Amino acid sequence: MKHIVIIGGGIAGIETASALTDAGHWVTLIEKDAQIGGKLNNWSNLFPNFTPVEKITDELKEKCRRKDFSILTNTEVNSVLRNKDKFSINTSDNQQLEADAIVVATGYELFDARRKEEYGYKIYDHVITSADLEQLFKSGEKLTVAAGKIPKRIAFVHCVGSRDEKSGNHYCSKVCCITGVKQAIELKKHLPDAEIFCFYMDLRMYGKHFEELYREAQEKYDIQFIRGRLSEASEKIDKSLLIKAEDTLSGRPLKMNVDLLVLLIGMEAGKGTAAAATSCSIGCEESGFLQTADSFLQSNISMQDGIFLAGSCTAPMTVNDTVLHARSAAQEVNNYLQKTR
Amino acid sequence: MEPTTFIWPFTIGLLFISCFLVIIVGIWISSLSRIDKSRIWHNIFTRKSLESLREIFMESLLHRKIFRKNAVLGYMHMSLAFGWFLLIVVGHIDACNHFQSLSVPAYKAIFFRFYISEAATTLSGKILAASMDLLLVFVLSGVMLAYFKRLNSRLFGMKKTTQLKIGDRIALSSLWLIFPLRFLAESVSAGIHHNGSIISQPTGNMLATLLPIHLFEMPLWWAYSGSLALFFMAMPVSRYMHIPVEVVLIFLRNYGIRVKKRISGFSRIQVYSCSRCGICLDSCQMNHAAIKDTQSVYVLKHIRNRNITDEKLFNCLLCGRCQPDCPVGLELNDLRITQRIESTKEYNSSYEYLKNGKVAVSPQTEVIYFAGCMTHLTPAILKSMKEIFALAKVKYWFMDEDKTACCGRPLMQVGQYEAAKKLIEHNRERILASGAKKLVVSCPICYKVFNEDYALPGIKVQHHSEYLLELMAENRLPIHKLPMRVVYHDPCELGRGSGIYHQPRLLLDEYTELVPMKNEKEASYCCGGSLANIKIQMNERNQIRDNVLDEYLGYQPDILATACPLCKKTFAKSNKLPVHDIAEVIYMAIQQKNISIAGEIKDEKVPKVEFWR
Amino acid sequence: MKDFGYTVIKQRTIDYDQFDGRLLNEVLQMEPSFKVCLSCGGCTATCSANDLVSFNVRRMNLLLRRGETVELESEIKKCMLCGKCMLVCPRGINIRNVIMLIKKSILKYNPVKS
Repeated sequence: MKHIVIIGGGIAGIETASALTDAGHWVTLIEKDAQIGGKLNNWSNLFPNFTPVEKITDELKEKCRRKDFSILTNTEVNSVLRNKDKFSINTSDNQQLEADAIVVATGYELFDARRKEEYGYKIYDHVITSADLEQLFKSGEKLTVAAGKIPKRIAFVHCVGSRDEKSGNHYCSKVCCITGVKQAIELKKHLPDAEIFCFYMDLRMYGKHFEELYREAQEKYDIQFIRGRLSEASEKIDKSLLIKAEDTLSGRPLKMNVDLLVLLIGMEAGKGTAAAATSCSIGCEESGFLQTADSFLQSNISMQDGIFLAGSCTAPMTVNDTVLHARSAAQEVNNYLQKTR
Repeated sequence: MEPTTFIWPFTIGLLFISCFLVIIVGIWISSLSRIDKSRIWHNIFTRKSLESLREIFMESLLHRKIFRKNAVLGYMHMSLAFGWFLLIVVGHIDACNHFQSLSVPAYKAIFFRFYISEAATTLSGKILAASMDLLLVFVLSGVMLAYFKRLNSRLFGMKKTTQLKIGDRIALSSLWLIFPLRFLAESVSAGIHHNGSIISQPTGNMLATLLPIHLFEMPLWWAYSGSLALFFMAMPVSRYMHIPVEVVLIFLRNYGIRVKKRISGFSRIQVYSCSRCGICLDSCQMNHAAIKDTQSVYVLKHIRNRNITDEKLFNCLLCGRCQPDCPVGLELNDLRITQRIESTKEYNSSYEYLKNGKVAVSPQTEVIYFAGCMTHLTPAILKSMKEIFALAKVKYWFMDEDKTACCGRPLMQVGQYEAAKKLIEHNRERILASGAKKLVVSCPICYKVFNEDYALPGIKVQHHSEYLLELMAENRLPIHKLPMRVVYHDPCELGRGSGIYHQPRLLLDEYTELVPMKNEKEASYCCGGSLANIKIQMNERNQIRDNVLDEYLGYQPDILATACPLCKKTFAKSNKLPVHDIAEVIYMAIQQKNISIAGEIKDEKVPKVEFWR
Repeated sequence: MKDFGYTVIKQRTIDYDQFDGRLLNEVLQMEPSFKVCLSCGGCTATCSANDLVSFNVRRMNLLLRRGETVELESEIKKCMLCGKCMLVCPRGINIRNVIMLIKKSILKYNPVKS
């Protein structure tokens, strides 16, 4: 029986593990956190149809329970050594694992919004990120701002930490546009009297049902879309925020007072993926995401034989795409193990 | 022996260069402003002239500043300059002594050994002749080092050496030939006429046994005279103009004349005084971005040859790191700005809208706070300053909270002085109308221009690091030391630009564990974000910044502190090391005491302090 | 004066065939980073001059690319060169150099002098 070690217990890791177990292999999943599920655990509902996250995570966890693969939580990979077709993996709790193949599924990290100081995250009280907002939704608490006031006007900022030379991230994070639309609608459902604005550079509604949701946001929820990038925010005495942008379509600068500012933060390869790139000696692209052998037919193949890639460690991805990418990774591992038999 | 024809090349060359120098220096001095001319008249018969002579001896001959940088490089320059100077002086004494006359023509001193038929007989003659031999060897050792430096400049503590143009090549080759030829000519004459001294005589005797030296005597003296002539003729188009012009520069500088952002005879004198030693190349951070043709030495050369392009002129951070290194003490930044003023003078803006637009009336206040344009993009600095003002119970007017013209300094850095004047006038009126006594500024770029160009009588301009130190000294700020290792980055405009080195350090020393660094204060780096460079590309800026950060990371600091919003923005972009303005650090420290989270700080790993919330 | 019912109006269509690209090409050649503008308007939003007078930095790009040199010349003079726009630009465009280049080159290409 062949042994496969999967690094990262998010959606990609679990899905790959499950598929490889089904194919009759022995699989060990290594997760640095106490529980599996990755970033999805912190999210409330998914675009484009508001599916509760639990529906996905429960099913993934059920798979883990049902299927016979071992999970090492609170564990990180220290080093990976190759010996011909075998790998020996040393973990942070000093276990030695022997593997025939490795799948890197280390995922992404959310952009630290403090790096866009001009937006005032963690400086002003009422600037939050899309991730903070999901936590708020999840907690079910009533959303209030200063002195228990219900926000009247809310602005979303697109492309925070993506498509931005200043953040060092030139790429598009793919998920934030639609996340913004989804969250705007959810907020409007919570606060029917609030005015909600989305400040965007381009709206990229490329996925199934994305464009429809955008239309719905305009049609049913009166979400207003302003084409212009926010340059900065400043805080007033009442803790409301004065934001500055250019309304590029009318060609005039625009100022607006809002009670809450939501930053749609992008995805970065993050420390976990960087560490995997080093320990497995596989290359990173300029963006920090892992390099694939080619982007069409070999998007799961790393620059090292026997090491495979799954999910958003290779590029920003939606939940959908991650699941598909994970399954194709399992297929690639299977093919490889058949050949080396 | 009587004068022979080989003295003519030398004599014509000497006449030529003397006339040339008199004319060109005359033109330069006559083009000085009336004030500068009166400075000369007022100071010429004072101690300042004596001080200048002393400086000329120390710097132009002994090259003390180069010695300080590198002993071998200093020795090379000293042996050539001081050695040659002594050769001329002692040579004349030798000739005067021999001919028992005080008016010996120059050629008789320069070609003295050709004119004597036997070795010196008197004791003084013998000593002088031996000194001349030793001096020549002293100079030759310098020439040898110069040859060597061209091959391997690293031995001289320099990573880079300047590239040469054709005029320089001729002058350099002839300079290198002069002394070996003189030595050979004197040795050969000694071999024939036995008129040599301790070194030339044995060399001549040895040559006589090997070669038919009488065939070589006249050609060698001709070659020696010719190389001198060639050197003199090439001098006006070569860098060796610095030898005579630097002497003029030292006098004028000591009389109080400065470049003052105006192309004048004095700026030409400075440009000609550049010896192109290339010492400024090594300290230039443009090297880190692989930009290697815009450094001061090259730009001065192009200014001198009147073929400077904007691409080179504006591709400089104006950080001023090269200036303290210049052995001639040239005003490198001001020379460049002067040229920038010249090359952009046709398109200054007039900002008519400042006159037409309604400006809010200045409120009456004791203290004005001017954050600066950039600071509006670093709200952590703004918030810290506001909170500290509140804590110290200071009433102030936040002048540029919105709708305020730029301070004008960014325009000045690119040479648009006329345009800047309009902004300065506008802001100055607003400041004066408030009746304030103090102007606190958060941006070093604004600070420098408020201090130097605004003419604000009765108003004390302070960078916030000075102001916070003052508040601390008056016991208006609680002090609590943060357990953090901090390195402090001197912003160019605050440090070298305005001489504020100690105030930020005194503050940080009180509130944190300040770690001293090698390249700080006068030798501090530029962050790479400087507004003075309008040609540099973003990736090149990033390279310069990363180089600096890598060095800072070597000190294993918890945070990098600076005192400029632009430096902060530039460093923060890299995400390698947390960077905070000094105002934030102080506010953080004060907060820590107020909300007593000191215990938590120790337990947390990195970062030790969560900012805000 | 008798009004014949005609007024000189600015051409409504951009006649790209009449476009004189010399100024644009010169600026782009000297400052290639200007090519990558994505018209987000961050520069205009943060602009210090814009607080005092109607001035749209982002439009400099369009004016240049559409050959509206007369307007460009009068607009470009409003910039105070403070550099804030460069700290905001998501594409890292060297905006201050673009402004200086236009100010300089427009002297050559714009026949209309006020």
